[in-house]
Amino acid sequence: MSWIDIGALEDIPLRGARVVKTAAGCVALFRTDAEEVFATSNSCAHKGGPLSEGIVHGRRVTCPLHNWVWSLETGEAQGADEGRIATYPVRVEAGRILIDDAAIGRRSAA
Amino acid sequence: MERLVVIGAGMASGRLLEHLLEADPTAYRVTLFNAEPRGNYNRIMLSPVLSGEKSFAEIVTHDDDWYAAHGVTCRFGERVTGIDRDRKVVIGERGEVPYDRLVFGTGSDPFIIPCPGHDLDGVIAYRDLDDTNRMIDTRPGSRAVVIGGGLLGLEAAAGLRMRGLEVTVLHLAGHLMERQLDPAAGYLLRADLERRGIAVMTQASTRCIRGEGRVEAVELEDGTVLPADLVVMAVGIRPSVALARQSGLVVNKAIAVDAQMRTSDADIFAVGECVEFAGQLFGLVAPLYDQAKVLAATLIGQKAAFAPKQLSTKLKVTGCDLFSAGDFGDGPGREDIVFRDPARGIYKRLVVEDDTLIGAVLYGDTADGNWFFGLIRNGTDISDMRDTLVFGPAYQGGTTADPLAAVAALPADAEICGCNGVCKGRIVEAIEDGATDLGTVRAQTKASASCGTCTGLVEQVLAATLGDAFQMPTAQKVCDCTDLSHEDVRRLIKSRSLKSQTAVWQELGWRTPNGCHVCRPAVNFYLLADWPLDYRDDPQSRFVNERKHANIQKDGTFSVVPRMWGGITTADELRAIADAADKYDVPTVKVTGGQRIDLLGVKGEDLPAIWADLNAAGLVSGHAYSKGLRTVKTCVGTDHCRFGTQDSTGLGIRLEKRLWGSWTPHKVKLAVSGCPRNCAEATCKDVGIVCVDSGFEIGVGGAAGMDVKEVQPLVKVATEDEAVEWTVAFIQLYREHARYLDRPYKWLAKVGLDWVQQTLGDAPERKALVDRFDLSQTIYQTDPWAELAVREKACAFAPIANLTLEAAE
Ligand code: SRM
Ligand SMILES: Cc1cc2nc3c(=O)[nH]c(=O)nc-3n(C[C@H](O)[C@H](O)[C@H](O)COP(=O)(O)OP(=O)(O)OC[C@H]3O[C@@H](n4cnc5c(N)ncnc54)[C@H](O)[C@@H]3O)c2cc1C
Ligand code: SF4
Ligand code: FES
Repeated sequence: MSWIDIGALEDIPLRGARVVKTAAGCVALFRTDAEEVFATSNSCAHKGGPLSEGIVHGRRVTCPLHNWVWSLETGEAQGADEGRIATYPVRVEAGRILIDDAAIGRRSAA
Repeated sequence: MERLVVIGAGMASGRLLEHLLEADPTAYRVTLFNAEPRGNYNRIMLSPVLSGEKSFAEIVTHDDDWYAAHGVTCRFGERVTGIDRDRKVVIGERGEVPYDRLVFGTGSDPFIIPCPGHDLDGVIAYRDLDDTNRMIDTRPGSRAVVIGGGLLGLEAAAGLRMRGLEVTVLHLAGHLMERQLDPAAGYLLRADLERRGIAVMTQASTRCIRGEGRVEAVELEDGTVLPADLVVMAVGIRPSVALARQSGLVVNKAIAVDAQMRTSDADIFAVGECVEFAGQLFGLVAPLYDQAKVLAATLIGQKAAFAPKQLSTKLKVTGCDLFSAGDFGDGPGREDIVFRDPARGIYKRLVVEDDTLIGAVLYGDTADGNWFFGLIRNGTDISDMRDTLVFGPAYQGGTTADPLAAVAALPADAEICGCNGVCKGRIVEAIEDGATDLGTVRAQTKASASCGTCTGLVEQVLAATLGDAFQMPTAQKVCDCTDLSHEDVRRLIKSRSLKSQTAVWQELGWRTPNGCHVCRPAVNFYLLADWPLDYRDDPQSRFVNERKHANIQKDGTFSVVPRMWGGITTADELRAIADAADKYDVPTVKVTGGQRIDLLGVKGEDLPAIWADLNAAGLVSGHAYSKGLRTVKTCVGTDHCRFGTQDSTGLGIRLEKRLWGSWTPHKVKLAVSGCPRNCAEATCKDVGIVCVDSGFEIGVGGAAGMDVKEVQPLVKVATEDEAVEWTVAFIQLYREHARYLDRPYKWLAKVGLDWVQQTLGDAPERKALVDRFDLSQTIYQTDPWAELAVREKACAFAPIANLTLEAAE
């Protein structure tokens, strides 16, 4: 895996999200209350709602359009709904957010 | 004898020398360099030295006699500045020393935030004895600001406080020690520290440190200025690797070593915090001691391998008992076992996965910490003891907390219904006289007949008195995170003075770490409505529309509706709106049902810019998206209309200017019509005023949405001032009592118009409501567009990064 630096942890509001535009589409980066960062597709598998605009609770996000709840960890729909959104490897090191270059489909520099 | 040179007399190298010289005292002649002007001491005990509980002499681990007895040549107060690997010499500030084997034990350097003013006199780190002495020498009564609420920062803060300083801790994250503690334990810790007189500010980001030569104050990103005589930065450490890097060793985040602690040079080793093993860094002494043992063996040719283990953490602040170990985030397949005793300040959380314990956070009572830690490390199957696990190894049968016990224990004169002053004894009397349900008790005693927030309590008195004869109605709970109803939550927030979300989650026993999309917006509203000065609105607990201050559309774009006070506009405002529509390619411009103009289809990233343009023309947010004041519709009234009796337009504008910006349980719409012909449709608004010759008829509880409701008459008043006062007081009463997402008509159906009329009819109470509303407005009546359009906040509307651009380049 090759990790690329996306920005500082503080650039994402606590219990909030920001978007990264990638070749594979918009990826949403979430920062949970416990200071963990998760990356998933920004697009809700229900009707494409922008997940980065949802309310982040625990390790979950609620889609702002019709309240489907998604696990940020597994990408699975929670509760009675069924579906899955893409999740991407991401980690935080020394306050910087690193995302796996290959997984988001960016052409490698080589 | 071979020559061994050790760089750094720290905790790791001290332990290494002990093992090495004990196993084979004749293998090496040792030279020990240390940049600090002293030998090895127990660094972690600097905190008790700071607080005055220990002296430095007590924490020295190796003294001159020890070095002499073991033939160690000490070069203390001398920094190593270079290594010549070809000639195999170490270059110290006072000369060279040849080596056969070399050990790096250089530890870490404290990280200093490079903000303006970081180099002022009085800004220090917390790493060694000099830092500690600097703190000890600061006059009692001085003001200290500690930046960083992790282990180190809190130990510094507690020590300084014990030395009599005024201490404030600034922490960037949402709760203290977020790496070791879950939010619940972080909350208790904070409460404990506050009780000791330490001020704690979370989500506090330092902008700069002010002062002329010497530190005078710390300024935060939000503009807060904290006067300070001493600033301690405890924001983290960086492995001290400059020397290793300069010597050409392989260094990633720290000096890379194999399981034998060997670096990329076969004769050079490293141990302690300056080491990176399998991509991992180490910042606590337990793994460093393991490394020291392995390196001692390696150096005398024995086989040994280092393997990182699970770690546990304790905070060394006398009186704050906390312990954490393992992994305690929540996740699928993981179950929490939580035990709380808020009265005694005890909290225990165990995280179980696949019948094994994988994490533990203990606060207040950490006696069983090591036992839990053992279960985690050994992966013990806990399925047999699951039910009693949280009570620890000494568990000998226990009782589960009875929710009714607390009510049963209340004395007869305890007040249950605050509105009507009904105490428990009176309710019990009614029950003994034959009342068996809530309705009868209410009819006979008036308890819970007003605002209704004590309903749950009254039911509990019924249940406690009647036992099985009373069927407890299942109160509608807020959501799956709690069993409490909205009414209970509102009542408890007030009665227990809960002033933060964490306080609510903890003290009311929420099952989730921070609620969900249903309860969080409600709790956020309750807190800001009840504690306008203490609590700050949390945008992350709001639905997207209220966070982005625009209505989200089905395609992810937004609509923008500026305020038009009372429906009045000007040619200049219209021009500004038209210009904005052109400039931002707005696909649809529509006149709304609320007497103003909607720009639909604006891109999220353009919001700050379009707001700035509209602001420049004097237009502010219309809150068309909020649970707050929406519009005040008016008709033309006496200014133009031949039937008009009063200045309906003027009153509408006055009301809108007074009420805008306030948050309410649901949206609130007003209208003022100039005569009973009612052109402004005032009789189907939350508050509708119809002007008549003799004054103003105020109606409340109207709506024309999913339910069409005609207003109920609240009062008729003679003057415009009175009309404003009653309206404001009504809205404040609604803000203080209604459950989240009840429009006024729904709330009125629960509490009754009678109670509202009675409450508002009491002139001092009415005045008090108006005062509380105005107080809240001093905080909340600000234009969110103007606030968010400024540069630093506006950038949050754009992507954090755009990788498609880079790829294209
Ligand atoms: C723009 C507007 C329609 C229009 O083009 O005229 C409108 C648009 C929306 N209305 Fe409305 N309502 C608008 C006037 C009304 C009116 C008429 C009025 O205010 O005089 C009503 C009936 C009066 C009333 O509220 O009692 C009205 C009753 C509703 C309701 C039902 C409320 C209820 O209690 O039953 C909802 C749903 C809700 O709020 O939960 C709603 C919700 C909405 C939402 C916010 C739906 C949503 O959540 O996305 C729509 C936002 C569209 C957008 O993106 O801008 N809208 N809506 C009107 C904006 C007025 C303004 O300037 O602020
Ligand atoms: C106040 C405080 C409280 C702590 N509490 C705990 C706790 O409760 N539990 C826990 O597990 N850990 C705790 N720690 C962390 C623990 O102290 C460290 O993990 C440990 O000291 C690291 O040991 P080390 O030998 O790697 O480095 P250090 O102990 O830092 O020793 C490195 C030494 O090398 C010297 N040095 C560096 N470069 C050179 C050079 N070029 N030439 C000569 N000398 C050099 C330095 O001057 C320093 O004396 C605490 C730390 C502090 C500061
Ligand atoms: S409500 Fe009365 S005053 Fe207003 S326009 Fe209609 S008739 Fe005229
Ligand atoms: S689009 Fe996300 S819930 Fe419908």
